[in-house]
Parts: sequence; C-alpha cells; structure tokens
Amino acid sequence: MKSAQSRSFKAPCGIAGFDEITNGGLPRGRTTLLVGAPGAGKTIFALKFLVHGVRQCREPGIFVALEESSKRVVANAESFGWELAQLQERKLFFLDAQPMHDLIQAGDFDLGGMLAALEVKTKEMRAKRIVFDAIDVVLALLPDAATRRREIYRLHDWLLARELTGVITLKASSDEMSHMLEQPFSFMQFMVDCAVMLSHSMVMGVSQRNLRVQKYRGSGFDENEAPFLIGKDGLEIAVARSPRRTGLKATSERVSSGVARLDTMLDGGYYRGASVLITGFPGTAKTTLSGAFAEAACRRGERTMFVSFDSDCGEVVRNLTSVGIALERHVRSGRLRMISARSITGSAETYLVRIKSLAKKHRARCLVIDPVSIWSKSDRNSTAHSVAERMIDWSKSEGITLVCTMLLDEMSGRSGETSSLQISTLADTWIHLNYLVQAGERNRGLSIVKARGTAHSNQVRELILSDAGVTLADTYSAGGEVLMGTLRWEKERAERASHDAAEVAAKLKRVRLDAEEAELAVRIRSLQTELVAKQVEKKLLARSTESSKGEQSRGRTRMKELRGADAAIPGRK
Amino acid sequence: MNRHATYRFRLYVAGDAPNSALARANLAALCRAHLSDRHKIEIVDVLLHPKRALADGVFMTPTLLKLAPSPARRIVGNLAQTQTALLALGLEAVAA
Repeated sequence: MKSAQSRSFKAPCGIAGFDEITNGGLPRGRTTLLVGAPGAGKTIFALKFLVHGVRQCREPGIFVALEESSKRVVANAESFGWELAQLQERKLFFLDAQPMHDLIQAGDFDLGGMLAALEVKTKEMRAKRIVFDAIDVVLALLPDAATRRREIYRLHDWLLARELTGVITLKASSDEMSHMLEQPFSFMQFMVDCAVMLSHSMVMGVSQRNLRVQKYRGSGFDENEAPFLIGKDGLEIAVARSPRRTGLKATSERVSSGVARLDTMLDGGYYRGASVLITGFPGTAKTTLSGAFAEAACRRGERTMFVSFDSDCGEVVRNLTSVGIALERHVRSGRLRMISARSITGSAETYLVRIKSLAKKHRARCLVIDPVSIWSKSDRNSTAHSVAERMIDWSKSEGITLVCTMLLDEMSGRSGETSSLQISTLADTWIHLNYLVQAGERNRGLSIVKARGTAHSNQVRELILSDAGVTLADTYSAGGEVLMGTLRWEKERAERASHDAAEVAAKLKRVRLDAEEAELAVRIRSLQTELVAKQVEKKLLARSTESSKGEQSRGRTRMKELRGADAAIPGRK
Repeated sequence: MNRHATYRFRLYVAGDAPNSALARANLAALCRAHLSDRHKIEIVDVLLHPKRALADGVFMTPTLLKLAPSPARRIVGNLAQTQTALLALGLEAVAA
C-alpha cells in the first residue's frame, strides 16, 4: 500500500496529530528545521521525537543541548511522564554542548569538534535520530553570514552522510518568522527537507499556539496552521480531519432527550452519536434541557460527562433538582461526571484537549457541554470555530452523543437564530429555545430548527418547567399568533367552557329526544291497542254477518221444507 | 604579572581544517613573540581522539585551553583576533 510504503520513509514522532498532518512523521534520514519563538515548544517537540524513537521505533537518539543544560531539559520534561532517566545513556544520550559562559572567542571556529564527538557516540549507540536544540546559540557566535552558512552546511552534510533523522531547532520571534526570507538563517529553510513553524501568540489575552508545516520535500502534508497545546502528555496538535472519521458507521439507534414529548417530536429522540445543539437566550432553560438529557442517559446506565462553563457542579445539580432532574445519585454512583470548566483557563484549544482527555478517562458515552459558546468568547477569531468543529468531529468518531448549548446574546440584536460559532451547520439536531413576550408574560418556546434524518414536528411548543420535571405543551395559534402561558391557559379554559356548554346542550337534546321517543312509544302502544280493538270488532262483525247469513239460509231451507220443495236437499244440518 | 611563569596550553584542533591549521600557526607565533622559552603546547586532534573532545566538552574547534598559570582560560577560534587572545591570556601588558 502506498501509505505503508511512504511510512517507511518517515520517522514517526509520536506527537498526537503531527504524524497525521505529515502522513507519518518527519523525513527519515533527512533534516527537519523546527523554528519557533522562545517558549513555543520546540524543545518538547524535539525531545518527544527522540523519546518516541527510542520507545516505539527502537531508534536510539542523541540530544545535543546547545542552550539549556541537559539536566534542565530532563527536569522540565519530567512532568510529561516520559521517564527519561531509564532511557538515558544507552538509548538516549544528552550531549551538553552549551558554549561555556566564560568562553572567550578569538577568531573563526567551526563545529568539527562536536561532529567528531557525535561521530563516536552515534556509532557506539547506533543512533538513528539526533536533535540539535537551539542551533542559533552557536550560530550567533559565528562572525558572519558566510561562516554560519558554512557551518550549517557542514552539519547538514554530516547528518545526511550518516543517514540520521535530524531535527534542528532555531529560535526566531514570531515577527521574524513572517519575514523569514530576510533573516540570516533563511538559507536553512532552503537547505532542509522539512520545515516546521511553531508560533505562540496572545489572542485577546489568551494564549494560542499554532503549528504549521512550511515545507516537506517529497511528501504531501496538511498546509494549514494547526492549533496545538502543551498539555500533560507533551505536545498535542489538533487535527481538523480525523482519519478515524472515514470509517464511521452511522447508527439508527435513538437515545432519549429526557423529555418525553420532545422524543415524540423527534420521532424517538436524538440519534446515538449525533451532536445536538441547543441555542437560546439567557434563561431559556438550555441547561435544564441538557440536564434532562444527562439524567436520561444515566438512567439508561450510560456513563455521562457534564461540562459546565457557567457554574459550579454543585450549583448545577442543585438547580436541576428544583425542576425534578435528579443528578445527585448519579454523581455519587460515579456514572455522571460533573466538570466545572471554570477551573480550566486558556485557549479554546486547552478546553478541547482537556475535555477530550477527561471524557476518555471517564469512558463517557454521552457528553454535555454547557455552553459551547464560551469558545467564541475566548477566541474571537476563526480558531473557536474550528475547535467546536473538532469537538463535534471527535465526539462523532468516538460515538459519543454530544449535547451542547449555545448562548445567544439577546442584547446584540442578532436575528436570533444565527449561531455565532456557525457550528449549527455541523450539528445534526438543532433545537432553538426562545422567549415569547405576550400579554405581560415571558414564556419559553421550543422549536426544532433541524433534525437530520428525522421526521420532526414543525410546531413551536411551550416548554414548561415545574418541580415535577420538564414538559412540553401544545401552543395555540390564533389569528397567526402563537399563544403561550396564561393566554394559552385562557384559551384552554375558554375551550373547556365551550366544550362544557356543548355537552350540556347535547344532554338536553338527548333528554328531549328521549321524551319524544317515549311519547311516540306510548302512542304506538295506544294505536296498537286501538288496532287490536278494531280487529276484534272486525272479527265480531264478520262472525255476526256469517251467523246471520246461516240464519238466513237455514231459514230458507226451513222455508223450502215448509213449502215442500224438491227432495234434493243440499244441506242436512 | 606572571612574567616568569611557564604557560601550559592545550589546543584542540580538527585535523587540518583551515581554522585549526590557522590556530596552530597563530598560537605558535603568539608564543614566539610573547612567551619564548616559557610555554608548553599540547595539541589534541579531535578527529583522532573524539572521546577526549567528548570528555572535555570541546565542541567548537579550534579551542585553546590555558591550563597554567591560573586562572584557566578557554578561548574558541583560530586566534586571528590577536588582541582578544592576548587579553584573554593575560599577556596584554607584555604586548604593550
């Protein structure tokens, strides 16, 4: 495979994110120039490169300390837990080559001595990686540009000839970095095969570190500036595109939002692994809604993390208890981890990395960030956007269901539904909460702006908070206006009253009909009786007619007898 | 000053590299001019004895160590800047 092949030409650094940016690491057997302002993280980068080589690639390394003494370098790196002490000497060698402070310079010199010493050491250790930390210190002692160039080329040739993967760090203020070409050290950039810039600036008083690969001969790389952080484990570089993302399987599993009606509105709830954005003005119950989600997750037995930027964990738990969301027992059982992010200071990047590592440690399946808009506060440039974006990317790749709230500034007169971070385009479900001021009342309204892959209700619902919990109520639209709160209640009452009236009327009508029916029944019965009487009468009449007829015929027979008529007697009665 | 003390020098060179060759010549000339008959020069070629360079912490060549008389001095460079070198070695008064 192509990637596997290119990997063998690269020496992985083990720095989170960097190997992704460069598709595998630094060029093997070549030299990389690492430029950055003081405190930008050059030494940590370089040291991690060596440590990773020793630990993971069985490549011994040499660290040539030209500025800080090796003791200090080791001590400074102690906090990263790299355990340098057990690597030292045999696998990782520190050469203290700082120009001595009592050094007197008289005339031109070269680095022959250092290279000779390194030659021995390299052979002895079979070193594959080498770092020259702060080459500028030595270069500064050289009298002119031509001499500097000569020594750099000497160093470079030496590295190439020994096929060492080298990293040379160079101090340059961020100002100078932009004018690199005019710098005396600019030729180094042409010489080396790979150049990496580290910058450290303050944006609105918040520290912001960025890394950029400026060139990389013979390899593709991510050319964009990537924010990074010096954290507990050393350097962590934020990569916008996570390679794991591509192999992601979308799930159709639903998770409850914690509000039954909202689940119905969303056709069953949020998708597992989806990112949900809840926007709203201050006090529109964003936290409550996300708290309901957290509680539902805990009740399902899922490990959940709730990051609050607004208030202390205790306050959040207490406030949510007042609306019937009981988080306390989940916190106690350890299923729910409450993080008060007010304790974290720094750039958006810092938050992201901290939240990521905390969530990883907690093995969280559901994550709430309340509110995510804090990131637009600390960084007013595009970085905040990319942080929120990466947060979503990351949670997706981890299959974590993410609910973040975003505060909209009511006063700013924004159109209400524009989210400042523009993460609304990335979020799968976007729920907007707002106020409806009507008839001297302020009521909360909830609407689903979008829900990817879900048939969802288009209606605005009223969000009602009570000590029994969070519920949604249907709103009434009358004359093109949505009614909430008391107006809704009045409308409901009016409707109830009219309903009652209708019911009474119906009852009355039924009674009347019953009466009529009864009357008719009675009439039917009397008519029937009459009918029977008539029939009887008719029968009687028929009989009397017959008997009189019989009488007559009998009379006639008798008469005939009496008259002595014919002997043929038809009837002999 | 140490007018009659014997100067002991150790010069680290990197083979016949231009600066190293220059340093050798400059040191010899300096000693001839200022320290005739009262100097000892030890030459260490770091290309031949890299471990010594490593042990002695000599990374820039040429490097001249003045071992005696005290104070010890370490001078880096080809010694072309004679005034600086003399000053560092405490020989300026002699030169004047």
